[in-house]
Amino acid sequence: MSSRALRRHLISRLMTALVVVLCSLAVLALVLIMGNLVIKGASSIDWAFFTKSPVPAGQTGGGVANAIVGTGIIVGLAALIGVPVGVGAGLYLAEYGSGKLGFIVRFIADVLNGTPSIVVGIVAWTFVVRPMHRFSALAGSVALAVLMIPMLARTTEEMVRLVPHSLREAALALGYPRWRTSLKVVARTALSGIVTGCLVGIARVAGETAPLLFTALGNLNFTLSITQPMQALSLQIYVYGTGPFEEWHRLAWASALVLMGLVLSISLTARWVTRERHGSVR
Amino acid sequence: MSVPEATVGRPDGQTPKAEPRGVVQPPGQPAALESQAYSFWYGPTQALHEINCTIPRNAITALIGPSGCGKTTFLRSVNRMHDLTPGARHSGDIRLDNASIFAPGTDVVDLRRRIGMVFQRPNPFPKPVYDNVAYGPRLNRLCSDRELPDRVERALRDAALWDEVQDRLREPGTSLSGGQQQRLCIARALANEPELLLMDEPCSALDPLATQRIEELLVELKQRYTIVLVTHNMQQAARVADFTGFFYVGHLVEFGETNQLFTRPADERTEAYITGRFG
Repeated sequence: MSSRALRRHLISRLMTALVVVLCSLAVLALVLIMGNLVIKGASSIDWAFFTKSPVPAGQTGGGVANAIVGTGIIVGLAALIGVPVGVGAGLYLAEYGSGKLGFIVRFIADVLNGTPSIVVGIVAWTFVVRPMHRFSALAGSVALAVLMIPMLARTTEEMVRLVPHSLREAALALGYPRWRTSLKVVARTALSGIVTGCLVGIARVAGETAPLLFTALGNLNFTLSITQPMQALSLQIYVYGTGPFEEWHRLAWASALVLMGLVLSISLTARWVTRERHGSVR
Repeated sequence: MSVPEATVGRPDGQTPKAEPRGVVQPPGQPAALESQAYSFWYGPTQALHEINCTIPRNAITALIGPSGCGKTTFLRSVNRMHDLTPGARHSGDIRLDNASIFAPGTDVVDLRRRIGMVFQRPNPFPKPVYDNVAYGPRLNRLCSDRELPDRVERALRDAALWDEVQDRLREPGTSLSGGQQQRLCIARALANEPELLLMDEPCSALDPLATQRIEELLVELKQRYTIVLVTHNMQQAARVADFTGFFYVGHLVEFGETNQLFTRPADERTEAYITGRFG
């Protein structure tokens, strides 16, 4: 082998090794987190953990049923508000957003995307909590929806832009009006990508704590009322993790494990949705 | 290959002699489509210069010419696909069944229903074969739900695809071969019961056998439809077309019966092109 070929060969090997190491490091973080959570939290997870509300400090037993249900309600409501707005905005940006308004909307979405989540929480506090004179699950959902919207708008836009132009033309040539082409052909074709974007967005906000601190506030009792303060897993972890009791720490670890499992299962669903199928644009 | 300036004007893209040609009215056939001094601009660039021609009913009309000379632009003008092109404008008129397609109050959706279009690359929707064909009739409410399967079958038969896909109607249209996909696109257009079928180089992405099938199909379809076919392939025009128009840098240089145009071209540029001296 000539020296040049040898050098290329060595560099190629070196680079491959480097990439493998870096990749392992990235995966290692996830493995360590999951491992740690399982070791410290799994033992505390039992039936009562999922079915009971917290017991007063000092007592043992009890669970975080209120927080699990709370996270479900707050995030679900946030998705109900955020998904239509975000996906609609993304569709607009991709299909009609070539003008000035599109530019402005895109710019705002990018700025909003980079806004710290605690600032979004303050905004929700100002516009929802203060007028209502109370902390509420609804306020928390609004905060999470605001976080979700720019994310969904940009991923939807990208997914819709992937739809080949020839499909649009085919629909238009059949006599489809433009709006119907956008909805029936373009959005349908991009659907699996859009759904993935939504699930990833939902998973992202499901773990948010800061925007809930002064909106949903937290609640030690079980409630289903969205106009009342409501507990969420992330808030529960925050309160229990910073508390003084061993029992609380134990529950915090277990809650973290449940939250992580929840987010992971949403992400896995997203993966499952995009698995190769006709209709996928990827 | 160098081209003598004297014989063919300027094949390098400069403006050739541009005298408007008279409207050719083929004897004995009523006109389906008429273009009257139709010019078209993309922003500041003029793409078509006063196109005059009459496209006869129940015949295949081929538009030939080098790339970028306005064939496709003209074709896409006919079903107003340029409506969404920013900066596009036109003058003159195009008349379908003696009514201007640009007349105020023209329903573009209905116009496009009456004018089917098949594109250069097969572009079936990522949906089952059946739904691909059913798209148009469903949209335009051309028949009841009960009649829909019959209609889909008829369109697929007309496109000579039924025998190959009758057991695969639930499979995605994108899973068919290239030639089948193009026939599926033809079936999709036919299901709308158009009067006029525009085909933009429908065979350019296909192999010779698939091309042959489509050409045979076109000859059958002209019994019931008027077909305008843009093609780069002069042999194809000679094989299937009854009438041929030669586009050169935005001008319709010559238009007439295919035989005439290929054997006794009236214009020296046409002759140079069809004998392969440029293009």
